[in-house]
Amino acid sequence: MSNALTQYLELYRAQRATILGHSPAALNALRPAALQSLEATPLPRKGQEDYEAFDLEAVLAPDYGVNINRLEFAGHDVDHGCTVPNLSTRLYTIVGDTFHASRPAHADDEVLVTSLAQAPEQLLAEHYGSVATLQRPIVALNTLLAQDGLLVHAPAGKVTHRPLQVVNIFNAAAPVMAVRRTLIVAEPGSHVQVLVCDHTQHAEQDYLSVQVVEIIAMEGATVEYYDMEESTPRTHRLSSLHVRQHEGSNVLVNGITLLNGTTRNEYHISVDGPNASTTLLGMAIASGEQHVDTLSHIAHNAPRCKSDEMFKYVLDDHAVGAFAGKILVRENCPRVEAYQGNRNLCASSTARMHTKPQLEIYTDDVKCSHGTTIGQLDEEALFYMRSRGIGRELARTMLMQAFMSDIIDGVRLEVLRDRLRHLVEKRFAGDLATCAGCNLKKK
Amino acid sequence: MLRIEDLHASIEGKEILKGVNLTVHPGEVHAIMGPNGSGKSTLSAVLTGNPAYTVTGGRVTFNGKDLLALSPEDRAHEGLFLSFQYPVEIPGVSMVNFMRAAINEKRKYHGMEPLSASDFLKLMRERRAIVELDNKLASRSVNEGFSGGEKKRNEIFQMAMLEPRLSILDETDSGLDIDALRVVANGVNRLKSDNNATIVITHYQRLLDYIKPDFVHVLYKGRIVMSAGPELALELEEKGYDWIKEQVDNQH
Repeated sequence: MSNALTQYLELYRAQRATILGHSPAALNALRPAALQSLEATPLPRKGQEDYEAFDLEAVLAPDYGVNINRLEFAGHDVDHGCTVPNLSTRLYTIVGDTFHASRPAHADDEVLVTSLAQAPEQLLAEHYGSVATLQRPIVALNTLLAQDGLLVHAPAGKVTHRPLQVVNIFNAAAPVMAVRRTLIVAEPGSHVQVLVCDHTQHAEQDYLSVQVVEIIAMEGATVEYYDMEESTPRTHRLSSLHVRQHEGSNVLVNGITLLNGTTRNEYHISVDGPNASTTLLGMAIASGEQHVDTLSHIAHNAPRCKSDEMFKYVLDDHAVGAFAGKILVRENCPRVEAYQGNRNLCASSTARMHTKPQLEIYTDDVKCSHGTTIGQLDEEALFYMRSRGIGRELARTMLMQAFMSDIIDGVRLEVLRDRLRHLVEKRFAGDLATCAGCNLKKK
Repeated sequence: MLRIEDLHASIEGKEILKGVNLTVHPGEVHAIMGPNGSGKSTLSAVLTGNPAYTVTGGRVTFNGKDLLALSPEDRAHEGLFLSFQYPVEIPGVSMVNFMRAAINEKRKYHGMEPLSASDFLKLMRERRAIVELDNKLASRSVNEGFSGGEKKRNEIFQMAMLEPRLSILDETDSGLDIDALRVVANGVNRLKSDNNATIVITHYQRLLDYIKPDFVHVLYKGRIVMSAGPELALELEEKGYDWIKEQVDNQH
C-alpha cells in the first residue's frame, strides 16, 4: 500500500474515537466499509484505466492537516458579501470542511439547508452513502474521514424560491485537507437550484479538498447543480459527484473550472427511472501548469431517458486536460437517447489534452452518439477579425469565449449566465486574479 | 493614397504576384479584372496582411505609411478595408460584439474613448439601413447561417460601420442575385466620397454597371498588363481575355 494513503488510514485508526464522537451515526456507520475498501485496493496508478493522465498518489502524498478536532478556522472575513451581483441567493459558507450557519435552516420555501453534522438522523440513515460507491477511492477516503458538510432537503413539491449558493473556502494558515460531503435530496416534484463556488484565500498555501456530492432526484424532481472552481495553482481538488435519478426527474449538472491547480472531477450518474432527463455540462479553462481531469459515467438503467453531455476545454501554456467519458445503456432500455461530446482547444503547442469517449450499449432501439475534437483556434476567423481592426490578443480572447458559449448558455439561471459570461471573459483576458463572483480577496 | 510599386508575393513558395504597380488617389474607383488565377485575390490578401502570403519584393505606401510593415489590425485602423470574397463564419461571436470590438479598437488606436452603448447601437441602426440588413442578422453570430447574399451585405454593412479610406471589394458580386447586387452596389455608392477610394475586383462587367469605375486594370500572370478607362471593361465583356493573353504571351 502506498504511503500517500497510509498516512490517512493511520490517522483514522489513531483518531477513530474522536472522529466518531463528532459525527452522526449514519456517517460513522459507513466508515468500516470505507476503511476495508481502502485497505483492500491499492490506489490506482497513473496510466491505469480512467487515470491515464492523473497521479492520485502524488496528490495525496503531502502531509496535509485534517481538522479532526473540529477547530474553528477564522471565518470572520468570509461570511459577508459573497454574492453573484443581482443574483439573490441564500448563501451558506463552508470554511475548510465546517459548515457555517448564518442563515436559518429553513427559508419560507421550506427547503431545508443545514450542516450534515446536524441533519435529521432519519434523512441521513435513508440517503447518506446510498448513491456514492465505496469502490471509488475518492469516495472511500471521503467516507472514512468526513465529519461535516451540507445537507439540502426539498420536501415533495417544494421549490427553492431563491437559488442556494454555497461557498467552499480554504483560509487556513497551514496545509489542510478539507473532507467535504454534500447530500441533496429532492423529494418528488420538488425543484432545487444550487450554486457551489470553490475558493481559496491564500495563494501561497497548499490545500487539498476531497469532496463527495450525492444527489437524489426523486420522481419528477428537478435539480440544477452548478459547481464552479476558482481557486489557486496550489489548490488540489478531488471531487466525486454521484446522482441517482428516478422516473421523470430532470437533472442539470454544470461543472466549471475557471482557475485551479490540480483538479479531478468525477461525475457518476445513474438514471434508474424511465422518462428522466440528464444534462451534464462542463468547461475548463487552464493555463500555466494547471491540470483538469474529468471522468464521467452515465448509466442508463431505464427506458425512454435522455442525456446530453458536453465538456469543453481551453488549454494554454503547459496546461494538461483529460476527459474520460462513458455512457452505458443497459439491457431492456429502449428509446434511450444519449449524446456525448468533448471539444477541446489547445491554444499553445505545449498544452496537452487526453480524451477517451466510450459508449457501451446493450439495447437495440436507442439513439446514441459521441464526438470528440482537439484543435487550435481558427486562423481564418482570426485573420477576418484582425482585418476589421480587432487586435490579435482580443480576437483570440473573443474566439475562446465563443468556443465556451454553449456551455455558458446551458446555465438556466439567467443572472448566473450573464455573470459567468463576464467571468469567462475576464479569465481569458488574464485578469481574473480576484474572485469576481464575490468580494473575497485572494491574498 | 495608395501606391504599389513592383510588388512580389508568394504562397507556399509559389510566386503569384510578379511586380504589380498601381496608384490610387482619393475619390477614385479602380476596377481590377482578369482571368482566374491571375492573382486578383492574392493582391487583396497581401494588401490586408493575410499571414498565409509572403511578400518577396516591392513596396506599398498607404497615406504615406509603409503598409507592409503594419499588422493587419493596424492597416484596418489606418483605413484599409477588405470585403471578403468568402466571409468567415464565427459561431458564438455576435455581430454586435464583433462590431463593437472593431469600432472601439480603432478608436483606441486613434486615442479616442470607446463609443457609448447608446451611440454604438444608434450607429448600428443607421448603417444597417444602408444595406437593408435585417435587425435579426445583426443580432446573430457573425455570418453564421447567413445566405450568400446576406454575407455580402454584411460585408458592406461592416464597411459602412468602419468608414474606411480605401475599400477593396473582392468578388463582391459573386453569388449575388440581381436584387442583392443592386442593394450592395447602392450601399457602396452611398459610402463613396471625395476622400475615400475603392478597388473593385471582379470577373464581370455586371457589377461595374452599378459601381462606375474611373480606371480598369487587367491583372494577368501576377502583373497589371493593361490599364484604361471604363470602356475597357465593356471590351473585355465582349471579347474575353484571350486577346490580352496572346499579346502578353507573345511579348515573352
